[in-house]
Amino acid sequence: MADAVVDYCRIAGLWVRASMAYPASFWMMAVGSFLMTGLDFVGIWVLMSNVDDLGGFSLTEIGFLYGATGLGIAFADLLVGRVERLGQMIRMGRLDTMMTKPVPLLVQVCADEFAPRRFARVLQSGLVFAWAAAYVDWTLPRALVAVEMVASGSVIFFSLFVGLACVQFWTADSTEFANAFTYGGNQVTQFPMSVFPAEVVKALTFVLPIAFVNWYPSLYILGREDPFGLPDWLQLASPVAALLFAAAGALAWRVGVRHYRSTGS
Amino acid sequence: MPLHVAVATRAFKRYSTYVGATLAGIFTNCVFGVIMCFVYLEVWGANPDAGGYDAGDAVTYVWLGQAMIMTVAVWGGGSPDDLAERIRTGDVVIDLYRPVGILGWYLAADLGRAAYHLLTRGLAPTLVGGLLFDLHYPADALTWLVFLAAIPIAVTVSFALRMLASLAAFWLLDDVGPRMLLGFAALFFSGLTVPLVILPDGLRELAMALPWATFLQVPADIWLGKRTGLEVVGGLAFMAGWAIVLLATCAYVLHRAERRVVVQGG
Repeated sequence: MADAVVDYCRIAGLWVRASMAYPASFWMMAVGSFLMTGLDFVGIWVLMSNVDDLGGFSLTEIGFLYGATGLGIAFADLLVGRVERLGQMIRMGRLDTMMTKPVPLLVQVCADEFAPRRFARVLQSGLVFAWAAAYVDWTLPRALVAVEMVASGSVIFFSLFVGLACVQFWTADSTEFANAFTYGGNQVTQFPMSVFPAEVVKALTFVLPIAFVNWYPSLYILGREDPFGLPDWLQLASPVAALLFAAAGALAWRVGVRHYRSTGS
Repeated sequence: MPLHVAVATRAFKRYSTYVGATLAGIFTNCVFGVIMCFVYLEVWGANPDAGGYDAGDAVTYVWLGQAMIMTVAVWGGGSPDDLAERIRTGDVVIDLYRPVGILGWYLAADLGRAAYHLLTRGLAPTLVGGLLFDLHYPADALTWLVFLAAIPIAVTVSFALRMLASLAAFWLLDDVGPRMLLGFAALFFSGLTVPLVILPDGLRELAMALPWATFLQVPADIWLGKRTGLEVVGGLAFMAGWAIVLLATCAYVLHRAERRVVVQGG
């Protein structure tokens, strides 16, 4: 495991040096992606300026939810976002080259073309999170839950990226299918669950537990009652959901790699 | 003219090859549409006439937005991206000595692409949205016709803007920066992030005058019957005006660019 982290950092370091060779391009892309991801929150702000609250939650509380899920997907996107290009690597035959190298395959795929401009998204979500956190009544248990929430959220998105990319072992295409769950999962958790019908929320809790990215831990941190009256222990269960996601993602990856028979020519 | 029709039909066929990608895209459009519908229903439940829309108008707007993303290529893409690549590699000289104008050729290709995306990524999510939510439909046949006429104009405006970003490659050799800025402006000012009608005063008037308003807000208002009588004509004239101004700008920039091209080698 430690070896894998060292390998990842080495490969990522190479790509950081490479992208710094074109500083103007790097900064343009970084500023661009900072602004792009920020638009979502501008949209929420415009919606909120038309109403007093959304599903019983104020702008700062929604900012907290937005920042938490944003940090989760931003860390996952930064570290493993490249796995989306798996199909392309298969088509170009680059995956075969990677398989011959003495570094874990997943590490190589994820660290490939590591893009430091993706820090822009971490920064953007972090700023909204910090601003919203200033309105929270902090205690030590709440702070610990906040750390656990961001870590679990990152693991959940991390596993979604990897697990859904494995579909490309079979199709070598249809990256957009994964977007519905990764970016769609991010979109759905930007809003309080009280906006959605109870069936949808139960599905996002028990079937595809994306609500654990931010909703349940945030209820605990913000000191809010669960609008659906679900048990309180769910609010501390995010690490369990993260472990389930990680196990499913790892399984998908193993099955995918075993199934892989190269493209041939 | 038959040449341009041929270019358009081939572009249509080119995109129709990727069935898997189209289905995956439709699925993604539907997921995002459903999420935004619940959010908008909550907003319009609390403020039933925000921006002059009612809840039914708002959910309809969501699905029209999902339908327009790929049709109008709000995120960018389409034939101008091919041109940018050809400018980088130098293949553009072949385009330049063809006995056909570059602008017409690429516009035909982009309209062909848009037709394919309208019939798949436009129509399918709207049908799904219609099954799941109570949508509003155009009141009469004339409104349908006007709406359908507005779409190619919207595509042309979008094409001209994307073309300008691509033509920047003649000077910058890289179109990533301009394209990103354009995508950013388009995402917000098209009304895809939030309907332009609920923007605060001042910003709303500005947004409604910019060319991106033609992508979604003006066609949606025609569909929803928010524009009637002369306002419909005014809306179409606004769209056509931007299309002409931007195409003329493209033609001028292209003319300037042609003088810069130096073909290497013998």
